[in-house]
Amino acid sequence: MRVVEHPILDQLDTSGTVTIYYNDQPIEALEGEPIASALMNAGIRAFRTTAKRHEPRGIFCAIGRCTDCMMIVDGVPNTRTCVTVVRDGMHVRTQDGLGSFERQGAE
Amino acid sequence: MKTIQTDVAIVGAGSAGLSAAYQAATAGADVLVIDENRLPGGQLFKQIHKFFGSREHQAGTRGYRIGQELLSRVEKSGARVWLNTLVYGMEKDCSLGVIHNGEHYVVRAKKVIVAAGAKENYMAFPGSTLPGVMGAGAAQTMINVNRVLPGERILMLGSGNVGLIVSYQLMQAGAEVVALVEGAPRIGGYGVHAGKIRRAGVPIYTSHTIKRVLGTNAVEGVEIVEVGPGFVPIPGTEKKFDVDTVCLAVGLNPMTELIWMAGCAFCFLPAFGGHVPLHDSNMETTVSGLYVAGDVTGVEEASSAMEEGNLAGVAAAESLGLLSPEQAAEKKAEITARLNTLRSGMFGERRRTAKEQQLNSMKHYRAKEAE
Amino acid sequence: MEGVIYTGIPSAEELAGCPGVPSEARMKRGRVACIECVQEIPCNPCEGICKFGAITVGEQITNLPCLNEEKCTGCGLCVANCPGLAITILDQSYSETEATIDFPFEYLPLPEAGDRVEAVSRSGETVCQGRILRVTKLPAYAGTAVIRMAVPQEYIDTVRSMKRLPRGQKKGSATK
Repeated sequence: MRVVEHPILDQLDTSGTVTIYYNDQPIEALEGEPIASALMNAGIRAFRTTAKRHEPRGIFCAIGRCTDCMMIVDGVPNTRTCVTVVRDGMHVRTQDGLGSFERQGAE
Repeated sequence: MKTIQTDVAIVGAGSAGLSAAYQAATAGADVLVIDENRLPGGQLFKQIHKFFGSREHQAGTRGYRIGQELLSRVEKSGARVWLNTLVYGMEKDCSLGVIHNGEHYVVRAKKVIVAAGAKENYMAFPGSTLPGVMGAGAAQTMINVNRVLPGERILMLGSGNVGLIVSYQLMQAGAEVVALVEGAPRIGGYGVHAGKIRRAGVPIYTSHTIKRVLGTNAVEGVEIVEVGPGFVPIPGTEKKFDVDTVCLAVGLNPMTELIWMAGCAFCFLPAFGGHVPLHDSNMETTVSGLYVAGDVTGVEEASSAMEEGNLAGVAAAESLGLLSPEQAAEKKAEITARLNTLRSGMFGERRRTAKEQQLNSMKHYRAKEAE
Repeated sequence: MEGVIYTGIPSAEELAGCPGVPSEARMKRGRVACIECVQEIPCNPCEGICKFGAITVGEQITNLPCLNEEKCTGCGLCVANCPGLAITILDQSYSETEATIDFPFEYLPLPEAGDRVEAVSRSGETVCQGRILRVTKLPAYAGTAVIRMAVPQEYIDTVRSMKRLPRGQKKGSATK
């Protein structure tokens, strides 16, 4: 859910939007925001699954340090979605395991 | 591979790095500030509360406003700021390996100031890896910078100032904070911050911890339990809360990777979040020409980080001959006095003692080296 | 256990010993600041903002703010300036039956003059109904609103804020 009205901060400008694709499903994002916040706003919480037990992981640090939010972005695995800005037409996929560039061709 | 020469290179464009840049650049140094993020300011722009301290620390002004003002001063100072730029390593001679706009650079600076900041600690309990369990700072970034609510019903673990302030800010952003849980028998942060969330109806459970987080693919609830002496859970005291998000405010640790690479000597100070580099009263480390400032020297808060940055910037300019020893001494005395003020009082005691230990360790190190 | 370090709420003893809390006699005479600041933290904006020199912290900025209740006019500038939101203005001379409190408020939506709201205690419990007299949000307050609310005289020592209004509720649509 967007924080549009805020008692301290200015009202959020929601005029500039782009479309990104989460596992091929279109999602509206705000220009200039990181992928992770667009997904969070769309109610998506699991970003990747772990290599051994395939357990879901989501956002933990949101500042590009913990790598829990890594996904496959335009074919590039291990992209930190919390510090990668959205771009119109961007494709974002759930990453299973460690991620490899070969995976790109397999899709 | 291109080589860039500069007087002062600063890693990190947060509270400490920007302050250092301002001081060094206004003294006449050629300054390059490098930051991995797309926006400058580090964590300053998510601080929407009014800062404490004295008028000299801009107390009563909201953190993000202090950040905007600092940034505009840096822009006018002539310092260059490279954003979206990764510093992946540092050689023993302090040259930096940098990737900027997809190109590889080596930055050779006469003085290097590392102001890399800190990252949040993690705590393990059953369910702690589920999506929806996140750092309190992460939630703060989401609501105040990215403007998205991480959840609607939230439980906070940790009653330091971060836990208290972020709980308050989550409510300001429109979420419900169902409870704040603290393992210790007393609240860690300022009473006035705790008072804000109590007035808003948030219960604070001291001597409690999280037993487990419930849910299969994301957080669906949380169970807390009272702890006795030695943090041993007391059976039968469990309470369940219907939440979709659990925030952890269990401290931070300094991001010291680069300065380890340069070969600095360290000491271990739990009050500062772990291993911290030895430094002298000029913020210079055991590696000549390498300075540190802000949370990377030990986790404190934004106002102290800005003052340490000021100190490092002045000291670097002095050692470049851009400030006379008298000019520098005067500036450093003012900054040090303001820093001491920030570390005063009952809440500053641990940090004050730790900083003394750190400075003393540096003295011992240099004395030994001189032998 | 009682006390601010255990509950986040100053105990009766802590408030009684707090140099920022005015006397009973002064409170009965009219508007006066009540500074519930009981921990030595490095902070002194209240001292600088007061035009009447009624608040003293001193050189050592961890000192507790000390209120000179004779100098205090109850103007309320300190209410929005305190980073700890620990200051209110109390007026027990408002009427025979009602007293007023000016408190800082940083949530949305804001109430409007005339609204009936739930007046809450330091622990957020509803104490009584409050009547909003005025809502002030000046640029100098930097985002903080100061709300003046009337409550029955007997609750003025207990009431310290109002219950947040539900989000999405339009401004001014609280019960009139």
